[in-house]
Amino acid sequence: MYAYSDFDESFVRDRVRQFRDQVERRIDGRLSEDEFKPLRLMNGLYLQLHAYMLRVAIPYGTLDARQMRQLAAISERWDRGYGHFTTRQNIQFNWPKLCDVPDMLDALADVGMHAIQTSGNCVRNVTSDHFAGAAADEIADPRPYAELLRQWSSDHPEFQYLPRKFKIAITGATADRAVTRAHDIGLRVVARDGAVGFEVSVGGGLGRTPMIGRIIRDFLPEADLVPYVEAVLGVYNQLGRRDNKYKARIKIAVHEMGLDTIRELVEARFAETRSEFPGAEAALAEIRAAFRAPDFRAGGTAIPSGSPAFRAWADTNLAPHRREDHAIVTVSLKTPGQQPGDASAGQMRAIADLAETFGYDEIRISHRQNVILPHVRKDDLPAVFEALAAAGLAAANAGLISDIIACPGMDYCALATARSIPVAQEIAVLFETLDLAHEVGPLRLNVSGCINACGHHHVADIGILGLERAGVETYQITLGGDPTERIAIGERTGPGFAADEIVGAVERIVTAYLELRDSADETFADAYRRLGLAPFQKALYSEESRENAA
Amino acid sequence: MSDRVLITDAGFGPVDPAERYLGLADLVAAPGAQRVDLGPETDPAALGPDLARIQAIRIAFPAVSDGRGFTLARTLRRMGFTGRLRAAGQLIPEQYPMTRACGFDEVEIDADRARRQPEADWRAAARRQGYLARLRRPAA
Ligand code: HEM
Ligand code: SF4
Repeated sequence: MYAYSDFDESFVRDRVRQFRDQVERRIDGRLSEDEFKPLRLMNGLYLQLHAYMLRVAIPYGTLDARQMRQLAAISERWDRGYGHFTTRQNIQFNWPKLCDVPDMLDALADVGMHAIQTSGNCVRNVTSDHFAGAAADEIADPRPYAELLRQWSSDHPEFQYLPRKFKIAITGATADRAVTRAHDIGLRVVARDGAVGFEVSVGGGLGRTPMIGRIIRDFLPEADLVPYVEAVLGVYNQLGRRDNKYKARIKIAVHEMGLDTIRELVEARFAETRSEFPGAEAALAEIRAAFRAPDFRAGGTAIPSGSPAFRAWADTNLAPHRREDHAIVTVSLKTPGQQPGDASAGQMRAIADLAETFGYDEIRISHRQNVILPHVRKDDLPAVFEALAAAGLAAANAGLISDIIACPGMDYCALATARSIPVAQEIAVLFETLDLAHEVGPLRLNVSGCINACGHHHVADIGILGLERAGVETYQITLGGDPTERIAIGERTGPGFAADEIVGAVERIVTAYLELRDSADETFADAYRRLGLAPFQKALYSEESRENAA
Repeated sequence: MSDRVLITDAGFGPVDPAERYLGLADLVAAPGAQRVDLGPETDPAALGPDLARIQAIRIAFPAVSDGRGFTLARTLRRMGFTGRLRAAGQLIPEQYPMTRACGFDEVEIDADRARRQPEADWRAAARRQGYLARLRRPAA
């Protein structure tokens, strides 16, 4: 795994010292609130509904046991004994005190972690495939590129005060598990004539105006990555709108000026930047060496037999590893009834122990708010399952309807217009009670507590958006969204549903799907592509269907 | 006016009260002028052939959060501008090393800011260095 170099170490320590100093200068008035705010955000500190929130980066979602244990310790010492894993491969602590934050940052630096550029109008933590380095369908491990971009973007002198936040995602596999085209820049590793490069998309994003990234370059040679991204950012910094923060993302510039104009400007700038990073190649080689695969221990290629509970879990929570004798394990943070994405300190330690004992000390965080053990020998799976079960982490629901993405919503977030956590909990519990989740099969259900779409509802099979109408919560449904390489933005079904109707509405959609599907092999996404919105609208809104459900 | 402060690597100094910067439109009409004020929205291509005779450019930073001037400076340097480049207006000490890394020579702030953010704060920030130097270093 990537280990901090001396430079990384001193850079991160220096940032902590700076932040300590910035907090002091804010308190004694040398910095105004307006001047302090971007500095605070650049260091991951948000002001939320009840308290500050510290957002810690988990670069490209990769962690080791020592780091996981430190997150557990931080949550106990300065928070309330748990942390919230987010769709952006961050962990958020919801209850820190401002005066403690520099100490928390120091504790993170002790294990090579930081909160740099997890918020604010700068290049954010680069996200990646949570199966990176392990997936059977991988062309190249995307993490070395993500780390190169982390280094390039950290404290980049030109791009700390952009018009708006800027998110980059990268995948190295044929399947897109990083939702690349919902990012300001999406990078997909492709091979052409034996050379590795990237398909580059630009202008994707969710939020109030969801847009799918447009392909600005179909093949960017690996060596041009940094100068090309530098060119895109230069164009955006100059042209992105600053008069209206809702129109400030690069997607609006692409939309208003046209992809061809943006492409021309980027290519012109790229002609200049291209020769400016002679050190990038050596840096990439060094980084790549640090991402060597572990020394895998050989084992059996079959999944051992076990209890029915083990088999149910193995059916849903395993993904193909590039070695036949290993599997990728998804540790669900979605036990029906729990807050999606939350892990207690005890659970974090249990995961750290497992990673050390059975997982070559590697852990990943997925944008679906779960934890991944990327390399587990198939022979060890029953032992891993038993240990997870003992820690309350063995929910057999990865990829199922109860594996819900939910943003913090009204329970924590100052921008929320509705609650999202209770809705997610009720839906998960309902399908658990009905014992239907396995029957329904793969289905993505995502919930956001406001139009900002932090819960990725636009790219879910069933997306739920919580709004407020005349003082009451109302939930809008979108169907047919897809976060994968088949990316699609969901379509609105029609009028929203009240808080006490939304769970029933989801149930009607699912019941309709079960009736309409060709066979158990036709997933919800496939059935929706075949059938379109109409039959689901009927199930949702016709008098008859409402009565049947009542 | 003369209590504006000019910040360079040597620390705080006075702004020369005699120096005059012209707006872009006036510059074109004054063939002898050598100093120009640019807003952050300027398309540097508009300088055209005039760039060759310009000896000093002052770029306005209208708000701490407005980083367009950083990119404008980089663009001007890439176009071959070798004269003095100054960032002026709403900047904080944290931004001093960024201005330098983007090709600025100096920063101009007003007296109020200089009082609130004394020289020591700017000196403390000036030493910081990020990753870019490494990526931009010629391969060994
Ligand atoms: C709790 C405090 C939070 C605040 C104040 C906040 C704020 C925002 C805002 C304002 C946007 C809209 C940006 C735009 O459209 O330009 C946004 C988008 C987004 N946020 Fe959050 N967010 C919070 C928490 C989270 C969490 C917990 C996650 C992960 C679960 C998250 C992930 C995202 C994602 C994925 C997007 C949409 C992608 C895009 O930027 O287009 N945010 N957030
Ligand atoms: S979607 Fe809205 S409510 Fe949910 S975390 Fe984002 S800003 Fe907050």
